[in-house]
Amino acid sequence: MLEVNDVSAGYSLLRVLWDVTLKVSSGERVALIGPNGAGKTTLLRVVVGLLQPYGGKVIFNGEDVTNIPTFDRVRKGITLVPEGSRVIPRLTVYENLRAAATTKEAKDKFTDTVDMLFTLFPILKERKEQLAGTLSGGEQRMLAVARGLILRPKLLLVDEVSLGLAPKVVTQIYDSFKELSGMGITLVLVEQYVRKVLQSTDRAYLIEQGRIVLSGSSRELMVNEYVRKAYLGD
Amino acid sequence: MRSSTLKVDGSEGKVSEKLIKFNLITERSGGYVVDITIFLQVLVNSILLGGMYAVISIGLNIIFGVLKIVNFAHGELIMLGMYISYWLTVLYGLNPYITLPIVAATLFLIGLVVERVLIKPILNAPSINQLLTTAALILILQNIALILWRADYRGVSVKMPLISIGPIFISATRLVAFIGGLAASLCLYYILMKTDLGIRIRAVAQDPEVAQIVGVNVPRIQTLTFGLGAMLAGIAGSLMIPIFMVNPTVGSNFGLIAWVIIVLGGLGSFTGALIGSFIVGFIEAFVGILISLEMARAVAFLAFIAILLFKPAGILGEKARV
Repeated sequence: MLEVNDVSAGYSLLRVLWDVTLKVSSGERVALIGPNGAGKTTLLRVVVGLLQPYGGKVIFNGEDVTNIPTFDRVRKGITLVPEGSRVIPRLTVYENLRAAATTKEAKDKFTDTVDMLFTLFPILKERKEQLAGTLSGGEQRMLAVARGLILRPKLLLVDEVSLGLAPKVVTQIYDSFKELSGMGITLVLVEQYVRKVLQSTDRAYLIEQGRIVLSGSSRELMVNEYVRKAYLGD
Repeated sequence: MRSSTLKVDGSEGKVSEKLIKFNLITERSGGYVVDITIFLQVLVNSILLGGMYAVISIGLNIIFGVLKIVNFAHGELIMLGMYISYWLTVLYGLNPYITLPIVAATLFLIGLVVERVLIKPILNAPSINQLLTTAALILILQNIALILWRADYRGVSVKMPLISIGPIFISATRLVAFIGGLAASLCLYYILMKTDLGIRIRAVAQDPEVAQIVGVNVPRIQTLTFGLGAMLAGIAGSLMIPIFMVNPTVGSNFGLIAWVIIVLGGLGSFTGALIGSFIVGFIEAFVGILISLEMARAVAFLAFIAILLFKPAGILGEKARV
């Protein structure tokens, strides 16, 4: 479904990613783990098109999307839940969802999707008419996930969804991911909360200093000596 | 009703001439007396002026809110609107108000072209480049107008009665401009608040990157927004041609005051622009009558500076954005 081939990227002269290659198959749940500043967010930005790579290719469903603008990639089925959630603060919860119904499919199925999302995150239904900027951190994170799902994406990229949230909320959001993958949505989760994400995914990549240093099934990484020492605190 | 509340002193000859011209003063023994009806009259004038300013400044403000571009040539777009309205009136004998939809559509298209050709390439440029580009647009549009239509002042007169409500007089052309301006502003408000397009415009204004990752075609929204802003400038031009004369440099008057209004109200805020319009209208109308017309603008600018000293982000700055 998603192929990232030899991608190098950065911010003008500051190079962040070195020849990163990864593959995600349809229906998979894949984790990207690694320390702060390793390039995880940068990689997601390249995949969704917010950052143009120096070199390399991003291929989605067999099509080279490296040079098409973000909103077109989104309409083809890639969506990003950005770091820190970034809801649109002076739109209501409902308007945030409505703003995201940008494809014909999303518009046609909007009411159904919203019902489904309100069952998944009941608190959003209660806050429907509230300005998104006034929601709590956890509620904003849920809204950001819900907003991504309005488009009924094939591939959902989620950046640090647990950052700064109460464990209970994190669990709720991860439970929703389980349902999503049940619905056939492919997930890529960037996470520093390593144990949780490895438990909830099929495969994982470890990124350090802009390079992929380790990859394998999440189970393998869980028992990997290096990962256990450096990231799981065992 | 009649109570002498204020005495106008100073250059009496000047005052009398001006106030009589505006039907606002009664001459009594021992001086000129301003009474309560004059306050009501000036209040009405200021509200009418405010409605006209609203449509000008809201157009400018929505462009700033979405593109974060300082369009110094907004007044020149109004000037174009006035000329188009003028020529349609003169050449085809149309009522200037009938020309309004044509002018609005033309300015919308001009806005789309200007955005694509001039604004789009500089959207991410340093602000000095943006400033110079829109300043250049002023010169381009003014000189096109000068070549095509010369520097003559041109106006259209519409035969409409002076409406009187008791002792208050209302110029019908100004009333139409007020109603039209306010109606156009409210239409835009409705579009922004209730339609899919409006929600996307607000999303782009607040966070263009997030708008992109939910699939909003941000460049298209930016172009459309510039078109809408230019359309409001055109509507303003059409509404004002029966009131003000047009010449190639008339835009600088409107462009500058529109900037004052939106900075005063809070950049990017719809309601702020509306409030700012009425404040400036109020100050100009009152100062114009009570002190002198020449001082009206100056006092409005002074008030502008004074308000910014206390509220540097404008009255509704950072609070109630579009």
